[in-house]
Amino acid sequence: MAIHRHDNHVSANAFMEWIDRRLPVTKVWNEHLAEYWAAKNLNFWYFFGSLSLLVLVIQILTGIFLTMHYKPDAALAFASVEYIMRDVPWGWLVRYLHSTGASAFFVVVYLHMFRGVIYGSHREPRELVWLIGCVIFVALMAEAFMGYLLPWGNMSYWGAQVIISLFEVIPFVGPELTEWIRGDFVISDSTLNRFFAFHVILLPLILIVLVFLHLVALHQVGSNNPDGIDIFENVDENGKPLDGVGFHPYYVVKDLVGVCGFLIVYLGVVFFAPDLGGILLEKDNFAPANSLQTPPDIVPLWYFTPYYSILRASTESLLFVFAIGSGLGGIAAMVFTKYDIKIKIAIALVAAAFVFIFLNSSGKAWGVILMGSALVCFFLLPWLDRSPVLSIRYRSMPFKIALAIFLVAFFVLGYLGMNSPTPMRTLVAQICTVIYFAFFALMPWFTSIGETKPVPDRVTYDEH
Amino acid sequence: MTDNHESEEHASDTSIENKKRRRFLTGITAGFGAIGGGFAVTPFVLSMSPSERAKNAGAPVEYDYSRIQEGQMIKVEWRGKPVVLLKRSADMIAGLEKIESNLADPDSLVSLQPSYAQNQARADSNKPNLLVMLGVCTHLGCSPVEKLALGPDPEMGEDSQGGFFCPCHGSKFDLSGRVYKNVPATSNMEIPPYKYEGDLIKIGEDEGRLA
Repeated sequence: MAIHRHDNHVSANAFMEWIDRRLPVTKVWNEHLAEYWAAKNLNFWYFFGSLSLLVLVIQILTGIFLTMHYKPDAALAFASVEYIMRDVPWGWLVRYLHSTGASAFFVVVYLHMFRGVIYGSHREPRELVWLIGCVIFVALMAEAFMGYLLPWGNMSYWGAQVIISLFEVIPFVGPELTEWIRGDFVISDSTLNRFFAFHVILLPLILIVLVFLHLVALHQVGSNNPDGIDIFENVDENGKPLDGVGFHPYYVVKDLVGVCGFLIVYLGVVFFAPDLGGILLEKDNFAPANSLQTPPDIVPLWYFTPYYSILRASTESLLFVFAIGSGLGGIAAMVFTKYDIKIKIAIALVAAAFVFIFLNSSGKAWGVILMGSALVCFFLLPWLDRSPVLSIRYRSMPFKIALAIFLVAFFVLGYLGMNSPTPMRTLVAQICTVIYFAFFALMPWFTSIGETKPVPDRVTYDEH
Repeated sequence: MTDNHESEEHASDTSIENKKRRRFLTGITAGFGAIGGGFAVTPFVLSMSPSERAKNAGAPVEYDYSRIQEGQMIKVEWRGKPVVLLKRSADMIAGLEKIESNLADPDSLVSLQPSYAQNQARADSNKPNLLVMLGVCTHLGCSPVEKLALGPDPEMGEDSQGGFFCPCHGSKFDLSGRVYKNVPATSNMEIPPYKYEGDLIKIGEDEGRLA
């Protein structure tokens, strides 16, 4: 006897009837696949969500096979990776799939995030989908960073040294905290061993839970579309959106096309350029860790380089610019807004406090704070974006220009982070850092000015 | 009947009372549960601290410094960290004065060193040209690259008098390990405790000497 039957999903046959009474297979299938209505005009940008899921599966599967041969021991780790590459049958393929997969993960996730920004997928009512996604992004960075220590190459060693030292700037507890993270006074066997535990157990579990929540939150509010309009405003007599199609089979099949395209590029890299000229596997990591010798050009892998550039760009002269910026911002708020005089005085005091802090603190702590803030900015996006329309198709010109400038700054920061610092490059990185933060700080302003185009009632779709 | 009626009235009174009690007991239970949880987590958190083996690995190291030629630099390992031993030439020592206006902490006021090394050469005044220094950048712990040649250098700048350049984030130090202005690092590289015993230098132990 079924106690709760709030749904009217029809089981296909007697066997499914038996199952459905005990496990809601048909109900879940319908609600999340066959009758999960997605707008019929989703374009290629919508591939990257399901591709992220695919790469997660690839990483977990290849990771399982790598742990069968890898030794998480400072004396054995480097040699065990070489053993996988040379002696384990097909070991080279499993490892290249995993190492290339890490970079592929960030490629599809960055594109997935960009899709969200241009079509307003982070806006109401999808804020939690976006926030959970941001947490996934941070967890993914932690996963990638810890995984990078495991081969125990010289770049692994010094990369971990730099990033763990970031925590030293935390007041009072910093030095003890870094010792606790490393489990030693230097990066050592204990650090390697615990990073292995986090990389293969803790963070994959966290990622899987977060991805599940990301999907539950998405299916609660429904997928956005390139027009940024609500397809549930036009429904037929059964409540099915007129512009919607079932995720299965329509988008399952379409995403399979995306999978084919992805696999061509991904496997192309795996087979023909697994180190991609030192971008995916850095040449200094082909030498074992040496605690006495920092590699001549120490750089993180490409997906961290924009944030790494921001970290490096933080010197006294950048803080001076930030002090001027907060001073001007305070004056602008006093002169050009119509707030109450008390609020204006409060703003002026806060701005003055920031000017004082920027002028009287060291670049070292600020580098870490700015790098963290660069990530926090993404979390705030749903509330910084004030545009009356969601999709870039109907957005005003100021937004498009600002987004283009931001993209250029982001790529330049990424490029600079891959190269050794010179005074000229540091200056460019500082300019781009200012642009990066200005994009988020000024977003409430430039998204609310300029003329937006009229938004259609129904999605834009050409029969073909 | 009256009994029943009375008890019903009682029941509504006691049910409020019961609710309060229940909330109190739930709160107490949850509170003690949280404290117990805290105790349960502690051994796991502490298990990640440096182990006894790691703590014992900090013994001093010895090196025969007479083998170092003038202008030569070698690195020895102490507590897993590189220690720079650099025998500076007279030109190198003379260069320390010239770039002093470019330095952030020329007198080593906010930097870490034993009192006997708090001077321009940042070395024991008995052997001022031998620099004994942790080769660890005070920014994020990389090992700076030595730039022993005096004169213009693409990374150290036009008026370089030699020094150390950190490849990670571009911090610059002079040949005493003193940090330049306007670079990510803000203090001079650390000088470990050390003492001389004949031809040997013992790094990591100075028996608390002050000079």
